[in-house]
Amino acid sequence: MKLITAIIRPFKLDDVRGALTEVGVSGITVTEVKGFGRQKGHTELYRGAEYVVDFLPKLKVECAVTDAMLEAALEAVQTNAGTGKVGDGKIFVTAIEQVVRIRTGELDADAL
Amino acid sequence: MKTRFFSGWKTRMQAMCLAALCGLMMAGFATAAFAQDTPPAATTTADAASTVPEAADDATAAEQEAVAEPAAPAPAISKPDTVWVLVSAALVIFMTLPGLALFYGGLVRSKNVLSILIQNLVVFSLVAVLWALYGYSLAFTEGTPFIGGFDRVFAHGLDAAAIGATFTKGVYIPELAFFVFQGAFACITCALIIGAFAERVKFAGVLLFTTLWFTFAYLPMAHMVWFFPGPDAFTDTAAVDGVLARSGFLFKKGALDFAGGTVVHINAAIAGLVGAYVIGKRTGYGREAIKPHNLTQTMVGASILWVGWFGFNAGSALEAGGVAAIAFVNTFLATAAAVVTWTFVEWTFKRKPSLLGAASGAVAGLVAITPAAGFVGLNGALAIGAIAGVLSLWGVSGLKKLLGADDSLDVFGVHGVGGITGALLTGVFAAPSLGGSGIWDYVTETALPDYDIAGQVWIQAQGVLTTIVVSGVVALVAFLIVKYTIGLRVSEESEREGLDITSHGETAYEV
Repeated sequence: MKLITAIIRPFKLDDVRGALTEVGVSGITVTEVKGFGRQKGHTELYRGAEYVVDFLPKLKVECAVTDAMLEAALEAVQTNAGTGKVGDGKIFVTAIEQVVRIRTGELDADAL
Repeated sequence: MKTRFFSGWKTRMQAMCLAALCGLMMAGFATAAFAQDTPPAATTTADAASTVPEAADDATAAEQEAVAEPAAPAPAISKPDTVWVLVSAALVIFMTLPGLALFYGGLVRSKNVLSILIQNLVVFSLVAVLWALYGYSLAFTEGTPFIGGFDRVFAHGLDAAAIGATFTKGVYIPELAFFVFQGAFACITCALIIGAFAERVKFAGVLLFTTLWFTFAYLPMAHMVWFFPGPDAFTDTAAVDGVLARSGFLFKKGALDFAGGTVVHINAAIAGLVGAYVIGKRTGYGREAIKPHNLTQTMVGASILWVGWFGFNAGSALEAGGVAAIAFVNTFLATAAAVVTWTFVEWTFKRKPSLLGAASGAVAGLVAITPAAGFVGLNGALAIGAIAGVLSLWGVSGLKKLLGADDSLDVFGVHGVGGITGALLTGVFAAPSLGGSGIWDYVTETALPDYDIAGQVWIQAQGVLTTIVVSGVVALVAFLIVKYTIGLRVSEESEREGLDITSHGETAYEV
């Protein structure tokens, strides 16, 4: 099992969610986050005071998938979150040791 | 043992001292109110009444003759003018609450918005009380050229029957209408200052400073600029010198200030700038992003200020006539011109036109047209607004860097620069050759034939310099008194956490 953590542009969420559902992902967790990468921030000017805003708003999408689904899920995120411009985000994949469904106590793949 | 009660003893002492002070003043007020049984001595009212027969125009004189026995009737109140001044007073009050409060409130960080709102509300109310106790008397009764007398202390003689002069011979309004209209001016002037040291000032310090500065800077300035014994006193050319000798110092010099460019705006701006220097910069200023928390509030506040300003400027005519109309239209046009120039200059030189810029431009235009409102023509108003929009933009950027003070909400950049611009340009555009009304001669009731632009600008400059010196010196002394007695600034820890929770025990927004 793998955990996919994708940092994406906020307005791409609906596309990504739709594509992940199509490849069989049954649940995702979304968090509003701020951060910076290669995309430059912007400046804000309030009368004489100019501030450089480095941290841009992004969404962090997390979903757990079986090893068999991983390729399809990555493909779904990459094609649907991309615009081709700097600032599209990144995808991190990490291994999951164990999954438990709280309601039933089912384990691992059964719990996804 | 340090108990909870003793841990806050210092704050408690301060609050109790302030409460005791207010209580004493109220007691004095009540005593005086019950003691008043004789009409006041020499005031504007008395002068107006004594000169009515000479001032009455032909029609009235004829009417009086037609009536069997002209038993010297009491001067009649002009009802339309009374309506206008009372409505204008309400509009000026609306400028502070909520106009200025929202304008300032939106500009601070969300952890300090309530501190700004309560400072506006309480400073306004404190000054209103002081205005009744002694402020009105010291500003608007006869005394020396620099400060008034004590005839109206504790609201002595201020009842529904008291009559006040306007700017036309034989036209009167209730003195109470003038009292509340001018009281609203005093309130907003003191409220304007708090923007300069927002987000770090101690609440008790604001109140003590306000009391000192109002008494020793606002009242003398209002007296010097505006007090004169009323138009009826100008009976003939021979009387002029005598009347001017009884008038305020700057009124006598011929300084033009229609609605308070010097008394209100430059006065408040200088006090604010001195305050920003004495109190020091906000923690993190220049290193951290200190951004306005709600520019929507600021926009609403600026719009309310604009509407209220029609009362401020056009109401200053004290009569619902042509002068009020031109002051009204000038307030409409100069403000619009300043918004346009600020926006386009900012767009050109700083890449983007910002809402905060446009709203600040509106306030700068309003400030600049204030001293000129009833004296200049429409083109003069457009020019004054346009110039003030550009100069005030420099005031909040280039000049602010030069001054090096953390004037949090740019009280000096907008009100000081806009006010000085307006005061000086009033001398230029009041010229009849440039569409202005010239200098009014109360004896002949016409404009004087000669108008010297350079000479008038120099007189205006003297008014500005007097304001800077009076306000600057009084503010410096007052801030130092506050700093070394009850303290002017909250602790760094409190400032970090925000004044709303640390000074007032509440938060504006629950998320």
